[in-house]
Amino acid sequence: MKTLGAVLTVIGVLVLVWYAACIPMNIKGVLTEAERAGVVVDPPEAKVRRDMSSVGLSLSNSFAIPATWAQERPRLPAPHQVAVELWDTTVAKKITSKRSLVYHGWVTLSATLLGFAIGTGLGILLAVGIVHSRVMDMSVMPWAIVSQTIPIIALAPMIIVVLYSVGVQGIVPKAIISAYLSFFPVVVGMVKGLRSPDAMQLDLLRTYHASKAQGFWKLRLPASMPYLSTSLKIGIAASLVGAIVGELPTGAVSGLGARLLAGSYYGQTIQIWSALFAAAILAAALVGLLGVIERVILRRMGMLT
Amino acid sequence: MILVLLGLVLWAAGIWVNVRLATSPAAQTRVVQLAVPVIFGLTIVILWELVVRGLQVPLVILPSPSLIAVRFSENLPILWADFVQTFLKGALSGYVIGCASAFVMAVLVDRSDFLRRGLLPVGNFVAALPIVGTAPILVMWFGFDWQSKAAVVVVMVFFPMLVNTVAGLRETTAMQRDLMQTYAASYWQGFFKLRLPAAMPFIFNGLKISTTLALIGAIVAEFFGSPTVGMGFRISTSVGQLALDMAWAEIVVAALAGSAFYGVVALIERSVTFWHPSQRK
Repeated sequence: MKTLGAVLTVIGVLVLVWYAACIPMNIKGVLTEAERAGVVVDPPEAKVRRDMSSVGLSLSNSFAIPATWAQERPRLPAPHQVAVELWDTTVAKKITSKRSLVYHGWVTLSATLLGFAIGTGLGILLAVGIVHSRVMDMSVMPWAIVSQTIPIIALAPMIIVVLYSVGVQGIVPKAIISAYLSFFPVVVGMVKGLRSPDAMQLDLLRTYHASKAQGFWKLRLPASMPYLSTSLKIGIAASLVGAIVGELPTGAVSGLGARLLAGSYYGQTIQIWSALFAAAILAAALVGLLGVIERVILRRMGMLT
Repeated sequence: MILVLLGLVLWAAGIWVNVRLATSPAAQTRVVQLAVPVIFGLTIVILWELVVRGLQVPLVILPSPSLIAVRFSENLPILWADFVQTFLKGALSGYVIGCASAFVMAVLVDRSDFLRRGLLPVGNFVAALPIVGTAPILVMWFGFDWQSKAAVVVVMVFFPMLVNTVAGLRETTAMQRDLMQTYAASYWQGFFKLRLPAAMPFIFNGLKISTTLALIGAIVAEFFGSPTVGMGFRISTSVGQLALDMAWAEIVVAALAGSAFYGVVALIERSVTFWHPSQRK
């Protein structure tokens, strides 16, 4: 309860700071519009205003402050503007409409989920191979670790263009980028997890005369579950980033990344912010869902009390 | 076709050597542990080269490693300028500003239980979000040059760093803090002599995560607009011109910069947290 109060307070302060920041960020645009509409603005010359500080302008033209929260194309949209846009483009629009964020979100989400499934599947397989084969461990594992330190996302434009030139388009290129980004965290986490049973437990299984497969299914795999769920959460967040970035370099017309790019081309700041928040909500929902699944599984396994 | 077969034979030979090395009694020595991944990487590169040549894969699909190496050595000045623009100006300055401000924020937050309770869940939440999406907004605010890239990097590294530092500053036990109190240590004495050193493994964890994030942020931000120099700019324009060898050369630069950056931070970590179990030999 105490934590909830503290979190709400912090969020409240953030929203207040956001509203306050809108005033100096938008004041110059508002004043220019007001002058065109015939209102007397404090320093009447646009040239003088350009060189003045935004805070000073806001103080001397306090009548214009409410307008900074209601501009059509603000430099920084106010929270309620973003919320209204989010509501309009999700609930108030038909989901088949090209302007519906549900439609764009689904385009990105489907690529994310497909890529995540491929990436985690292959990652788990490789981790099993690494744990059971010394050669794979020694030759592949160092590269898997090094690859986490390099910005793999730089490959994204190339993957898309190369696949396009061999005739693959649509969801698959984005899914491959997503898969690629979620692959390595899962490999590294899963190897750690499959190795987590200590020597005592492995010895116990040996005294039971358990085969390698039995050792895997009855000891290693269950023991790796907490590690797996942690890396799945990292992986799905990385997958979503991959799908969004995958939409940038091709000039895709649908998807959250495309909304971001289109918004930045046409100066539609409210659209950018609402796409950004949609992506954030999507990420939070995915990570939260994995968290719930993790808790249920771990509880049924008796690992969580 | 012969080249492809030759490549496969070489690859199989590499695997055979690796199997022998891994099962040999010398498998635990440093030399072998270094040699096995190097042999594996080399055979992959050779296989790549021979397959590309043997099947005459067109340049727009996959350039051969030798072509990438030639392009790399021919365009060193361009690659260096891109490196300076994206890494030294964009990523590194953003990394320093972001990590430093997150550290100061963490020290302030740590003094108040209320703030920590409130900020930590929010910080954890934000650290999982696709923050890279703020790039178009920040490019709009700070212009096309490296300042906007540094701003994206600051936003990206801030929250992972904050969460890690706050967690690290909680690392000391009540017993240890009580001991400092019996010494009549002031807050800052306790901070510098006990809690900051104890937090170092966590801080370096945050710093290491942030190295990769910094490069990703600086490169992706360039996809939203940049001057005609920079690694992200070069990759997207080279891909647009179907000059994939140049794009690959730039990716080599990004990979080298990323691992070197991570390596430097890891080296500093080793000398600062030499006492930690994970660093002992």
